[in-house]
Amino acid sequence: MKNDKIKEVKSLLEEDKKNISNINELNDLKVKYLGKKGLITQLNSLIKDIPNEEKKAFGQSVNELRTIFNNYYEEKKDIFEEELLNERLEKEAIDITLPAVKTKRGSKHPVNRMIEKIEDLFVSMGYDVMTGPELETDEFCFERLNLPKGHPARDMQDSFYITDEYLLRTQTSAVQARTLLANKEDPKPIREIVPGKTYRKEDDATHSHQFCQCEGLVIDRKENHVSLADLKGTLEVFVKEVIGDNLDLRFRPSYFPFTEPSYEVDVSCFKCGGKGCPLCKDTGWIEILGAGIVHPNVLRMNGYDPEEWGGFAFGPGLERLTMFRYGIPDMRYLYTNDIRFLEEFDRKDDCDAIK
Amino acid sequence: MLLSRKFVSDYIDIPNEVDIKDLANRLTSLGNEFDSAEKLINATNLTIGKIIECTPHPDSDHLKVCKVDIGSEVLQIVCGAPNARSGIKVIVALDGAKLPGGTIKKGMIRGVESNGMMCATEELGLDHKFLKDEDINGIKELDDDAKLGEDPIKYLELDDEVIDFDLTANRGDLLSILGMAYEIGAIYDKKVKSIDLSYNENNEDINNIFKVDIKTDNCSLFLSKKALNVEIKESPNFIKNRLIASGIRPINNVVDISNYVMLETGQPLHFYDADRLGDTLVVRMAEEGEELTTLDNEKRILSDTDIVIADKKKAIGLAGVMGGLSTEVEDDTKNIIIESAIFDSILVRRTSNKILRSEASNRFEKGLDPNRTNMAIERACTLLEKYANATIMGGKVTYDKTKVSEKDIPITLKNINDVLGASLTLDEVVDIFRRLDFKTKASKDSIIVTAPTRRLDISIKEDLIEEVGRIYGVNNIKGKLPIVPMKKGSYDVTTREIRNKMISLGLNEVLSYILINDKDVHKYTNDSFEEVKLLDPLTEDRNTLRYSMIPSLMKIFKYNKKRNVKDISIFEIGKGFYKKDTYGENNKLCVLMYGNYYYGIGNKKTVDFYIIKGILEELLDYLGYENRYSLVNDNIPKELHPGASASIKVNNDIVGIIGKVHPSVTKDDVYVLEINLDKLLEKRVSKMKYKEISKFPGVSKDLAFILDKNIAAGDVISTIKKAGGKLIKDINIFDIYTGDKIKENEKSIAFSLYFEDSKKTLNDDEVMQVFNSIIEKVEKTHNAILRDK
Repeated sequence: MKNDKIKEVKSLLEEDKKNISNINELNDLKVKYLGKKGLITQLNSLIKDIPNEEKKAFGQSVNELRTIFNNYYEEKKDIFEEELLNERLEKEAIDITLPAVKTKRGSKHPVNRMIEKIEDLFVSMGYDVMTGPELETDEFCFERLNLPKGHPARDMQDSFYITDEYLLRTQTSAVQARTLLANKEDPKPIREIVPGKTYRKEDDATHSHQFCQCEGLVIDRKENHVSLADLKGTLEVFVKEVIGDNLDLRFRPSYFPFTEPSYEVDVSCFKCGGKGCPLCKDTGWIEILGAGIVHPNVLRMNGYDPEEWGGFAFGPGLERLTMFRYGIPDMRYLYTNDIRFLEEFDRKDDCDAIK
Repeated sequence: MLLSRKFVSDYIDIPNEVDIKDLANRLTSLGNEFDSAEKLINATNLTIGKIIECTPHPDSDHLKVCKVDIGSEVLQIVCGAPNARSGIKVIVALDGAKLPGGTIKKGMIRGVESNGMMCATEELGLDHKFLKDEDINGIKELDDDAKLGEDPIKYLELDDEVIDFDLTANRGDLLSILGMAYEIGAIYDKKVKSIDLSYNENNEDINNIFKVDIKTDNCSLFLSKKALNVEIKESPNFIKNRLIASGIRPINNVVDISNYVMLETGQPLHFYDADRLGDTLVVRMAEEGEELTTLDNEKRILSDTDIVIADKKKAIGLAGVMGGLSTEVEDDTKNIIIESAIFDSILVRRTSNKILRSEASNRFEKGLDPNRTNMAIERACTLLEKYANATIMGGKVTYDKTKVSEKDIPITLKNINDVLGASLTLDEVVDIFRRLDFKTKASKDSIIVTAPTRRLDISIKEDLIEEVGRIYGVNNIKGKLPIVPMKKGSYDVTTREIRNKMISLGLNEVLSYILINDKDVHKYTNDSFEEVKLLDPLTEDRNTLRYSMIPSLMKIFKYNKKRNVKDISIFEIGKGFYKKDTYGENNKLCVLMYGNYYYGIGNKKTVDFYIIKGILEELLDYLGYENRYSLVNDNIPKELHPGASASIKVNNDIVGIIGKVHPSVTKDDVYVLEINLDKLLEKRVSKMKYKEISKFPGVSKDLAFILDKNIAAGDVISTIKKAGGKLIKDINIFDIYTGDKIKENEKSIAFSLYFEDSKKTLNDDEVMQVFNSIIEKVEKTHNAILRDK
């Protein structure tokens, strides 16, 4: 009789299972059978009316039924949950090709890229990066560099004067005298570069009235052989690192009042490889900087005894190097600041530019 | 400096196989750069012909049909020149001839076959300044001795080659054929030939009839001689052609000789018509305002820094620059006084810069060798006798305050090798000086070098080292790296960090000009300073140094806007300049923003004040100034929107300006920011150091106040901060509301507050106590009402 009750519940359960189609119905079913007043739970209350010898068997049967239900429940629940998850995933699917949300991307001006590159190279060789005033005095820009007033070489640098004494510096070499003079009381070795803006009264396709230079200066005791060969070696490293490998270097004697001997330094034309083309004016060479051994007058005038001290200096123009490195055809692009131009310089760049 | 190969070959043997480009390149490797090296006449396929028949063209009223005998054959050529006629010898450009104006081809001209062209001198490519009308309007007529079928260029002695040098300022000696000859001699190891200075003199002595009176120290040497009965005519071809190759226009034999000698020796000469001169020449400084009519018929007003040549009464020439009209050599001149002198180079330079740069002034400016001054006057006499049939009067008027002596410069082999980083031997060095024609006395490792007086650029041993380097060849010296103690190089890390920060915030770095128009210099600032103006600007639009960088960036904005660039967010780290007591400059950071700042569907965000404020705060926080800055709506320049701009204060000190550009300046919504970096960065920032994070949970609480529209949110935040004391860790505004639910002159600000105690877990009572006191304080201070939840 009591066992009939179990059978009854069991067959009712089989009947109910057929109508379960979602997790809620499944949970309701659980309450119906295993809740406080659930059909299976209630079977337990029948046990008190069962003779002792049958109690065990009855209990086992109820537990079996409970296990059957639980197994069914777990299995069904997994299925429903997976269905739900799949439904959700489907709903949440997006078009991954739509544009991203982002801020504008910044860019570094190509001339400043060049300056940083040069700074990194020379700092790694123990040079200090120095600065000086752009609104300079005639004294530091010219006189202390062995260029007295009325000197014909001043024609090489047509200047923007503010007064008779003040002008916009025409060369970063102006900082040479300042560094030397600062050590006047106690002369010591110097290794410095001075990247910065300079100004000359000329404006055409190949000259901008404002441009950037990077002075380099190495001073040491004479016995340390800071010679022309050392200058050459230094510039060879410079050209290789900053412009590119496989370029030849040519030194041409020249004249600057603040160096003696003086040189202009050419690199083989990167465009034609030295065969001659419009860029190099058919010479196969492109001038990139002036350099030389510091003139004894410059040392003497700024507190260094030229019998004891010597060294070399060099000064590339940076626009040209920048143009070479990035293949920019016109110097004026560097100063018109067209956003479309600037935005091209918006990524990491440490590959060698010119092969 | 134009160097004629024929001219210099008078004094140095250039091997025939050396092509003009090779020569130019060799001289370049010695430091003498060139712009061009080519034939004087760039024309091919020319020959000498003779017109043997000339008949009118059947179909033209000005063309003629000529039969031209070129030796090997007779060609029919159609010609339009008015002087074309039977019997004259002419220059014929054959089929395929390349002339500066183009290539000549056979063809039909109005139905008549033409097999070439007869040339005018102009068509050979000579500059117009060397040509007379007849050289342009008619074909060139050759003399009878011209041989048919031969090269007319050679016949005319125009078969020259020319190098155009761009010489350095120290090598005044190379502004002469002789100087160039020494330079070329050093390359090919050849000796310079001597110059012919021979002539006859009559028995008179110029000193008896002519005097010079030097009244200024700015003339150190003055020599005069007199040439009598000169015969003025056209110069011989070789003189004319060499002048043309050197870029000087031939005039007549006498004038040409003065130029020819200047080209040879580098010493400018001046010839006066002796009969219009009087018996005394005075050299003195001009009086302020003195007048002089120069050779070019221009009236010049002089100043007291001009050196003049004068007679007893008035100035008759500008020393070193240009002669005067009154004593000019003319076609009827009979007797001439020759002047060969040295004037102060700096003053000549100053005068010529003001009046006229000439071949003469260029040479005076670079300095002259007194020995050449002597040589030149002798050479002029030689040539005047030879080519102008002059009689040279005896004697020479001499004023000489120069102390010329050859300089002995001692130098050691070690000196040379130390500077060059080479290992030359004594013999090699001595040989280099021999090639340069410098005398040497060598003993052991030291040499005494005697530099010739022509080399004014050589005075110290470094100059000699340069010479050795030049001739030895720098490219033969092997480069090496200096051996120096290891040390860390330093650079301005902060500027780079600022640059990188701005770039990472999405801004494009620009590089602008510092020169702006003076009318913009006081814009975007209320600072008082004196503007820094150029004495002599290139253009008025760039006549002043900027103070604020904003005008520079506004220019860039306008440039891009014009080109339809829609989003412009740029920055620059640069300088601003001023005069207060003295001249000064400041490092500045300037930012300009316009258009969209970030993108994405439904997420586009146009730049407004809060975006540029965000840029500012990002930067200041990054640099370590968090909680030390504030914005105050005070002291706004008139170019900025008074209600949407602020001064930036750090530690209560104004360091910059931020805001919207005033609508009267631009209709576009442009935002700018400028910081004086020098002023900002002098404020020290403490070292970065770890602070223990709280181990105890905090509590968040939201609330909103309704208050008057004009109360600044920042003030409310300050009040909350003060009332919140130590426990309040973070205050955020998450909503601002104005609208129907509250009064028109009110707004509601919703705050999210975060409380935390680093020592213990906060309990509700503690939080509520602080929370309530915040509410009370805000309500009281700002007349606000807590908004119902």
